Formats: sequence, C-alpha cells, structure tokens
Amino acid sequence: MAFYRPARWQRPATLAGLVALVALPAALTALGQEFYIGFATRVLIFALAASSLNLVLGFGGMVSLGHAAFFGIGAYTAAICQQAGINEALFAFPAAMAAAGLFALLVGSVSLRTRGVYFIMITLAFAQMVFYLFVSARAWGGDDGLPLAGRMTLAGFSLAGDSALFFASLAALTAALLAFGRLAQARFGRTLQAIRENETRMEALGYPVFRYRLVAFALGGAVAGLAGALLANLTGLASPNLLQWTQSGTLLVMVIIGGVGALYGGVVGAAVLLGLEEVLVGFTEHWHIVLGLLLLGIVLFAPRGVAALFGERRG
Amino acid sequence: MTQLILEQALNGLQFGLMLFLLAAGLTLVFGIMDCINLAHGSLYMVGAYFVAAAAQVADSFWVGLGAGVAGAALLGLLLEVSLFRRLYQRDHLAQVLATFALILIANEAVRAIWGPAAIMFNPPEALAGPVEFPLPHGAFFYPAYRLVIIAVGLAVAALLYLLVARSRVGMWVRAGAANREMTEALGINVRALFTAVFVFGAALCALAGGLLGPLLAVQVGMGESVLILAFVVIIIGGIGSIRGALVGSLIVGTVDTLGRALLPALLRATLPADAAATLGPALASILIYLLMAGILFFRPQGLFPARA
Amino acid sequence: MLLRLTAIAAALMLAGNALAADKIKVGFVSTLSGPGAGLGVDIRDGYNLAIKQLGGKLGDLPAEVIIADDQQNPDVAKQAADKFLKKDKVDFMTGIVFSNIMLAVGPSVFENKTFYISANAGPSQYAGEQCNPFFFNVAWQNDNLHEAVGKYMQDKGFKNVVIVTPNYPGGKDAVAGFKRFYKGKVAEEIYTKLGQLDYAAELAQVRSHKPDALFFFLPGGMGINFVKQFVAAGLSRDIQLFAPGFSADEDVIKAVGAPMMGMFNSSHWAHDMDNPENKRFVAEFEKEYKRLPSLYASQGYDAAFMMDAAVRDVKGRVDDKVALQKALEAKRFKSVRGDFKFNTNHYPVQNYYLRVIGKDGQGRITNKTMGTIFTNHADAYVASCKMK
Repeated sequence: MAFYRPARWQRPATLAGLVALVALPAALTALGQEFYIGFATRVLIFALAASSLNLVLGFGGMVSLGHAAFFGIGAYTAAICQQAGINEALFAFPAAMAAAGLFALLVGSVSLRTRGVYFIMITLAFAQMVFYLFVSARAWGGDDGLPLAGRMTLAGFSLAGDSALFFASLAALTAALLAFGRLAQARFGRTLQAIRENETRMEALGYPVFRYRLVAFALGGAVAGLAGALLANLTGLASPNLLQWTQSGTLLVMVIIGGVGALYGGVVGAAVLLGLEEVLVGFTEHWHIVLGLLLLGIVLFAPRGVAALFGERRG
Repeated sequence: MTQLILEQALNGLQFGLMLFLLAAGLTLVFGIMDCINLAHGSLYMVGAYFVAAAAQVADSFWVGLGAGVAGAALLGLLLEVSLFRRLYQRDHLAQVLATFALILIANEAVRAIWGPAAIMFNPPEALAGPVEFPLPHGAFFYPAYRLVIIAVGLAVAALLYLLVARSRVGMWVRAGAANREMTEALGINVRALFTAVFVFGAALCALAGGLLGPLLAVQVGMGESVLILAFVVIIIGGIGSIRGALVGSLIVGTVDTLGRALLPALLRATLPADAAATLGPALASILIYLLMAGILFFRPQGLFPARA
Repeated sequence: MLLRLTAIAAALMLAGNALAADKIKVGFVSTLSGPGAGLGVDIRDGYNLAIKQLGGKLGDLPAEVIIADDQQNPDVAKQAADKFLKKDKVDFMTGIVFSNIMLAVGPSVFENKTFYISANAGPSQYAGEQCNPFFFNVAWQNDNLHEAVGKYMQDKGFKNVVIVTPNYPGGKDAVAGFKRFYKGKVAEEIYTKLGQLDYAAELAQVRSHKPDALFFFLPGGMGINFVKQFVAAGLSRDIQLFAPGFSADEDVIKAVGAPMMGMFNSSHWAHDMDNPENKRFVAEFEKEYKRLPSLYASQGYDAAFMMDAAVRDVKGRVDDKVALQKALEAKRFKSVRGDFKFNTNHYPVQNYYLRVIGKDGQGRITNKTMGTIFTNHADAYVASCKMK
C-alpha cells in the first residue's frame, strides 16, 4: 500500500458531489420524497463514522474491531447532555467528541502495546465492556437505551426539520474529510503511513511510533463520537445496539468495501452498503444473502474495494 | 452451602467444556492457517439446526446428533475447499470481510429454511429430570442432561488431547501451529492437513450446538455471542494451543458462572443498593473481558503460546 | 388515453380524500424474528384473523395492512416506523411487542399525529406523565399482571419468595408491580441478562434460599428455557411457580409441555372465557392456525376491532383527528375479554383473573381460569397523566 495522494479529478468531483448534496433536500421535497432526506442523513452519518475508522485502519494500519464503542459513547453523551438539560449541540457535540476521544485514548494506550490479532481482540474486548456497562446502567435506560426528548438546537437553530439535520451532518462530514485529507498529506499523516508500512524502520529512525498511533486512534475515536451524537439526533435514541460488536463489524465492512486508506473509502462504503440495503429490501426479504454474496465477491475479485475500481491514485 | 458450591462448580465445568468444543477448532484454524474465521459461530448455529432437524426426522435425539454432526462436517469440507483455501494467503482484513459475509449468508439462509422463530426441542425423555446423589447433609440434585454434556465434553477433551499430543497427525498439527513454513518444507501435505483440521473443527461446533440445543434454544444469531466467548478463550489460552483452549475454556466458564452467582450478592453487601443493582450485573458480564485484558497486559501471547 | 383516464380517476380519488378516506392503511411493526418472535407472530395472526372476519375492511373501508419486522431492535423499529409514517402515510399503527421499542418509536408516531393502538406494550411512561392523545393501549399497563400475581400470593400467605427477571426496565417494572401488592419476605431479586438462555447459576442460587414460591417474569424464549431448566434441576418438587400470563401462555406451554402443569399465572383474558365474541375468536383462530390462541393473539384481535369501530364511527373521515380520538375513547367494540373501559390515560380499566395450567377436556395441556383477582383494576400511574 502506498501513501495517500489525491487524484487530479478528485477536487472537481468532490465539488460537484457537494453541490448535488446541497440541492438534494430541496429536490426530494419537490418530488414528495421527504422520507429519503432522513435516509440520506443516515448515509452521511455512517459515512462520517466509517471515515473515522478509515483514519485508524487505512492510514494508521490498526485493525480495530471496537470502533462501535466510540460511536455509541458519542450517542450516549449527546443523550446524557440533553437529560442534564443541555440542548445545545455546540456544547453537546464537542462533549461527545471529547468523551469518545478520551475513551479512545485510554483504550489505545492499553491496546497499542499488542499487535495483530491480539490488537483486534483487545479492542473488541473493550467495546464489549462498554456495551455491558451501558446495558446495565439503569440511570441511562439500560437495555432500552436512552431516548432523546427531541432533536437539539445548533447555535440556536432547531435541528428538528429533516433538512436541518441533513445539512448539519453534511457539514460535519465535509469538515472531517477536509481535515483528514490535509492530515494525510501533512507531516503527521506521512509519518503515520510510514509506520503502517514499516514499523520497525520508523522506530529505528527514532520516531515515537506508539505516540503517533495513539493520537490517530484517539482522533478517530473522537470523530466517531461526533457521528454517534448526530445519529442519536436522527433516531432520537442512544441505543445499546450501537455498541454491539456486529456494529463494529459493519463499520469495518464499509471501510473495506469503500477502500482501505482511500480518503473517500468510508463515504463510498457507507453509501454502497446502506444503498444496497435500501434497494434489496424492496426485492427480497432475504436480502442479507444477496449482500453477503456481494461482499464475498468483493473480497475475491476486488480486493482493494469499490473505490479502487474508480482508480483513486495511491502514490 | 455444599450443594451451592458443588452445583455452581459443575455449572462452570459444563459451560467451560462446551466453550472448549468451540474454541478447539477455532484455535487450530487460527493457529495453523493464520485465518480469522468469524463464521465459526455460524457453523455452531448451522450445526445446531442440522441436529434439531435430523432429530425431528429420526425421532431420536442421538441419531439426530450423529447425523447433524456429520452434516456439519460435510458443510465444513465444502466451505474449506471452495472458499477458505483462497483466504489463507490473504490478510486479516480480507478474512474478516469474507467471514462476516458468511455470517450474513448463514443467518439469512437458516431464516429462509427454518423460519424466524427459535426451535425449542427437548432432551431425551430419560434425561429430562434431575439426578439425586446422597450427601452427608441431605441429597444433592443435578440435572441429568447437564451431566451427560459434561461427560461428552470430558470424553472429547481427552480424545483431542490424545490425538494432538500422541498421534502422528497431531504432531503435524502442532508443528504447523508452531512454524508453518518449516512444516511445509518437511514435506507434509499441508493442504490436506488444513482441510482435515477445518472439517474437524466444524464437527466439534455442531457437536456443541447439538448438545446445547435442547438446553438453550436453536435460533438465528446464536453463533455471534458464543463466537466472541470462543475468541476470548483462545486469546487467553494462546492461539494455536489445544491445552490453552482447554484451560482458557475452564477459566472463562468458571469465572462467568461464579461472577453471575456471587458478584451481585457481594456488591449488595458492600455498596448502596442502587449502585449495587447497576454494577452487579454489569461487572458479572464484563468480568471475562477484564480478565482477558489483564492477561494480555501481562502475557501478550496468552497463557500457553504455541509459537514459543 | 388509458393513462389519462387513470390520472383523472386518481385525481378524483385524491379530491375525495379530504372527506372520507378510500382505504385505511395500517402500519404493523412487530417482533417477528428471534427469541421474541412467538409474541409478535401471535399478535399478527390475531390481527389478521379479525381483518379477515371483517371482510378485509376496517369501518367498511378496504384495509391495507403493511407489516414490518423490528427484530426486537429499537433502531430497526424506528426506521420501519418512519417509513410507514412518511412514505406510506399510514392511518393507524400497531403491533409492537416490547416496551423499549414502543418508547423508541412513540415520539415520531405522536409527532406525526398518527393513532397508535398498542396490542401489547404498555409502558408506565405513556400511562403517566408522558400520556398522549394519540396512544391507546388495548391490552394492559405493564405492571398490571404482576400486580395481580403479587395480590394473589399475598392473599395466599406465601412467606419466602425469590424473584427472577431480566435486568431491563420492563423487568424492574415487574418487580415494582409485584411488590406493590406482595408484602411478604423477598429472599432475593435475581436479575439476569436480557435474552439469557442458560439459568444454571441462577437456579443454584434459588435452591440455596429454599423459598416456598418463585415469581418470574421472563418473556418469550427466556421463560421457556427457565421453566425447562427449573424442572430439570428438580426444583419443582418444593417450590411453587408463579408468573404473569406472558410467561405461561400457549407459546410457552407448547414448547415446555407437561412440566408446566400446576403453574399459576395471571391474565386479563383466557381462551375459556364464556362470551360469544371469545367463543367465535377461539374457534376460528384454532381453525385458521391449528393452535390455541394466546393472550397476545387476543390483543391483536381486539386492536383490529377497536380500529374498525372507530373508523365506522367517524364515517371514514380519519383525518378528523379530534373526532377519531373521541370515537376510540368511546370504545364501541365488544372485546373478547368481556367488558372494559378506557381510563383517562387511554389504558384499560378491567378485571384480572387467576389461571392455572392443567389438562382440559380434550387432554390438551392449557390454561384454566380459576377466579378473579382484581375487579375493574386501573394502573398506578394514571394520576400523573394530565390528559382529560
């Protein structure tokens, strides 16, 4: 795997996509398909979560099977903020990022001492602990999850309308991707990718490998927390289901489908997976079989993900 | 009190031995082929469905168990030859994605064939009640069927130990787990060895699923929760080590059972009622994960690393 | 040409919509897979049977029932409900089994001003402070059946009881309801993981307390396994089992069989109740599905008749929400459980009965009604409901 470098077509394509997305809610409303604004918001939020995992996995080379923990902690933090009377997203969203990021810092500082399979399993173990903790916490709804009384306000504007939350999610995703794109080409990102390629050499060169990885891991966790807070606003519920290990698996699958280490990998993966779900459900009750076969096909025949089929350049 | 301790110890043993049946196959596939198989739990589920279906057709639990295990072994063979062989050389990510896809397919296929509701079936009539043992302070009761499970689990563990520690094939398996390239270089047919190990693992999964079926419930998704436990076991025990899998299983089985039984009472005695009611079940559930994190912190390769 | 005609016809139908609907759309979200599937399937079958008896109509308008499986997952349920509300624009919703799912779905249903007729879930929140004009419960409030068991055990003078329930809010409500009327000693309250299937550790604890009775609330597959393992451990010899009707109805009896005999439980309905509506319901349910109906099926069946009566009352003008609410509150249908009224919080005020499991005239193992525990019993939360 080579270092990330944006392809020449990437900037115009991104701008075109952004314009199309901005026009989307108005277009859907005109067509009387408001339901799909909510669906599109869901895709954006999962794209954000998957992109944050891609930072950890694609750029940092850390196969984490516990990312759902940060996603879920973000959702719960938002709900707990509201329970405490704080309904302003300008406070609640950073709080969600901080909570998820700090927990990621803790998990990372223990897990990053292990390698390979052991790293996969220890991140999973931490996520399971968080899952059982929230399931048992009576004050936060236990197994029922913690419902939100309504959507929050962002800088005084209500997120109650479907379009409002859509634009908030779009803004979050755009900002995150801009930041990740810059980061990947900056000194920090290049060092991180070099560690992914050859850890021993970077260590020998005197780079603080552990610290670089830890920062990336915590940053990914924080952004996943933001996605979680947005999702809690969309669904009106911080649910323990968000913390289940299969959720970590789903995020992982999104990244792999979209392309590990491709800037838009998470976005493509989330759109493909959720879009497939939406389309397949209409055709057959047993759409999971079709999805499973498609995933197998991707592993066997398109090992670098769907994004690679469009030829994003790597170095 | 004797009754309580003895009963809980047997419960822990029974749970641990069933985990061992699952972990044994998983640790070998993992250790020898270096392949993460998330679908191992699906083999457990499909095996349980095979056994339940066969038991219904044959109207005999034991015939059903035999047929179901054979069926699962056959399915394992098909999977290994058609899919897993292509995955061994790939990285862990590809393996995670492919076997995650297998979980989706398996769950949905089972739902399509047997319907969404859980299958509840009963153990053989003769084993439905308790067995009574006379003790100095009154009789001790224990469910007969659970005793049978313990007996089968012990027998399989012993057999597996003899097979791995004493036989020629077992020697190859151990050699494969310790150093795959070297084993290959010594002229052992690694491909056939891999197939055999995978099929054997699938059969053990079905055995566990079939035995637990009448006790628990045969349902879609039953493999996922148990898969995580099996992974915890092999990480604690050390990947690729049968001895590690056995010790890990018994530790996890005992810790989980005792945690559920003792922790809530212990916390109630020491903490305010409200905090205890929240913390008790939470701690009991996460105890094994804490244990695993702790063991990994001090022994990053598990208790019995296969690659010394 | 044909196309244009169809378009005109469609336009005409749309215009007519403002007066009376041309059909009634019902969104049915329920748990149809996993360990809780038996409950959702029974509600669905009861509901569908009623629609069939009504000639495929609700209040003389063609009924269209859209069914979705929530997989006992609040997120999935919420997505399905949003689709029903925003895409299919349904007139009624029903079907949800579990309270946690109800609480997740409720806000968007109410916000959309759609009437929800609960055929099972009766969370305390919607009975008390968060009671809502758009929520009706045609079954019970969650605590009621537990209260009935508690009352009976208190009256019978049980002294040493162990309680087993899952560690989730529904389980804690059960304990609260039970203890509202049972005042004797509780040796231990054992909370298990929701969805737990192996109760070996808990049963050992139960044995160590030597209780004279055990009260458990474990819905669906959990209860089936618990009773089976309880009997297999030899505990049924010394300990009398009590449960709310949820843990002792046809779905559980069918799976467990003879070990259930002699178990007491509480319910607001039983298949041997002697009224013409119930006789017709039980007979036709058996004919249609080749099994006895459970209380869940009776609730689904009642929900359909409740919608039918209300739609007829407002002459199909379901867009007049105020009139429709009045019609629903009036409760002009005959329930299979006999007469009952809606309280100010839209929960039933009704009788609760004691049932025992035994063999009936045909040698089938099933429930038999033994007597009345509560008469015209209301829930404990209605006082905090501000709705009039």
